[in-house]
Amino acid sequence: MNFEAMKSIYVSEMARTRRTVFQSVISPVISTVLYFVVFGAAIGSRISEINGVSYGAFIVPGLIMLSLMTQSLSNASFGIYFPRFTGTIFEVLSAPVSFLEITIAYVGAAATKSIIVGLIILITASFFVPLEIQHPVWMVTFFVLTAVTFALFGFIIGIWADNFEKLQFVPLLIVTPLAFLGGTFYSITMLPEFWQKVTLINPVVYLISGFRWSFYGQADVNLWYSLLATLIFLGGSLAIVHWIFRTGYRLKP
Amino acid sequence: MAPILSVRDLEKTYDDGFKALKSMSLDIEEGEVFALLGPNGAGKTTLISTICGLVRPTSGSITVAGHDAITEFRAARRLIGLVPQEMPTAPFEIVGDTVALSRGLFGLAPDGELIERLLKDLTLWEKRNNPIMALSGGMKRRLLVAKALSHEPKILFLDEPTAGVDVELRHDMWRIVDELKQRGVTIILTTHYIEEAEEMADRVGVINKGELVLVDQKDELMRKLGRKLLKLHLTEPLSAVPESLSKHNLTLENEGASLTYVYDSQAERTGITTLLTELSAAGVGFHDLQTDQSSLEDIFVDLVKKG
Ligand SMILES: Nc1ncnc2c1ncn2[C@@H]1O[C@H](COP(=O)(O)OP(=O)(O)O)[C@@H](O)[C@H]1O
Ligand SMILES: [Mg+2]
Repeated sequence: MNFEAMKSIYVSEMARTRRTVFQSVISPVISTVLYFVVFGAAIGSRISEINGVSYGAFIVPGLIMLSLMTQSLSNASFGIYFPRFTGTIFEVLSAPVSFLEITIAYVGAAATKSIIVGLIILITASFFVPLEIQHPVWMVTFFVLTAVTFALFGFIIGIWADNFEKLQFVPLLIVTPLAFLGGTFYSITMLPEFWQKVTLINPVVYLISGFRWSFYGQADVNLWYSLLATLIFLGGSLAIVHWIFRTGYRLKP
Repeated sequence: MAPILSVRDLEKTYDDGFKALKSMSLDIEEGEVFALLGPNGAGKTTLISTICGLVRPTSGSITVAGHDAITEFRAARRLIGLVPQEMPTAPFEIVGDTVALSRGLFGLAPDGELIERLLKDLTLWEKRNNPIMALSGGMKRRLLVAKALSHEPKILFLDEPTAGVDVELRHDMWRIVDELKQRGVTIILTTHYIEEAEEMADRVGVINKGELVLVDQKDELMRKLGRKLLKLHLTEPLSAVPESLSKHNLTLENEGASLTYVYDSQAERTGITTLLTELSAAGVGFHDLQTDQSSLEDIFVDLVKKG
């Protein structure tokens, strides 16, 4: 393995984050924290508890998931799209670096960034709402798996996209709606039966449910289904990345 | 001595079906400066990109110092540095960092001294803490050279290093190539500028429509293919080439004051003797004569026209 190369890519990606700390860290933290302020402190007290958890606390896991997913996606997709766009990708592709190493470095850097953002949100949330984490090991597992999976997914989008619109498309028009409809703000058991069934085809439901379970011990779907859904997503992304590298898709003509 | 780079029967057909390289074979000796000369779209960049691993070959093989470029890509690529034709740079990256990044990509530990020397050699040291976007076009090109040299490659590819640059930078480039050659680096460059190949190269390869039309020592090439001109300055201006001399390849110039004869210096008989005899028979006198060799440019235009 060319560790020096992976380190170089990782370090330069993290340097990019530092240069753009406002848009890559502060702004996602602020936009998420606003939800706690509004729903936790301001109007949360007027909304009844959900299964014994105050509303402000209830929405925290879903919101962290939402920002993990969108941040991983946009960090990773931008991270690989930008060098493709400027042409600097040639340097990585002509270096003695394998595709596996390239993926680990870019995806690792993107996942690291979104984990940092997620942690800051978690800590900030604890100032506004009463948090408890009943199953910390599961919490960390879902946290890291989601960050890595969506970073991989973002990496794929960054290779597929041939303009900036496509880059924005998936996080804004697919993942955010799915997260809003997938139980970030409510338990899906609160929905009419028909809509509960429909909602189960939304993969994000499983991620949020499992993550929320690790906080408060309550889930909308079986915990193992949540883990399975995450792993299926991870496996699918890995398969696509493998295919991209085997065929040179959009990277090597 | 075994060639440092060996390309065998290399073919590249792009996904749209375009055949950019047609069974190309080429050997590059260690330490030489090789110029790939060819018109736009000839396949120069495709050839370089395929050797460097940026384009997947359709068939054929590439070996770099005995290492197969695909199965032993790490060993092969470590020896190669590439300055691409476009000047891709990450605008917000810091000059010094970006050179360090390049070195790291080749699996080498950071080396501050080497990077300092490179940046000084390429007169970029003052700019080391600036973002790349603060550099001028010429500086960017030198930065790309610094990046390509950051892992001390044995082979350096320069894809059109002087396309669209001013005279000063072009001479800068020539100087850089010369210094690298002194240090034993093998250099392969592409260019449209014949002047450049003439100036820098030891050997020249002419590529057209995906085929290597010809590879030869530069001097040899010029001698072999050089058509020569014999110019006669006449004592009395002529209004037309005399009828008796029309079978010779003659043109009148300078309002009839001089007569130019084009001949092939490789031909068994240049025809000069006959011409001179017939000239005096026709009563045409001259007070001076000179010969001129065609440049690489003329040769090149000839070859491409034929292809
Ligand atoms: N990715 C590609 N897909 C299809 N055709 C290509 C691609 N890259 C280059 N070509 C074609 O291959 C030919 C050779 O291009 P190139 O190697 O860039 O030539 P040169 O560098 O000699 O100007 C051109 O006709 C070009 O249009
Ligand atoms: Mg070219």
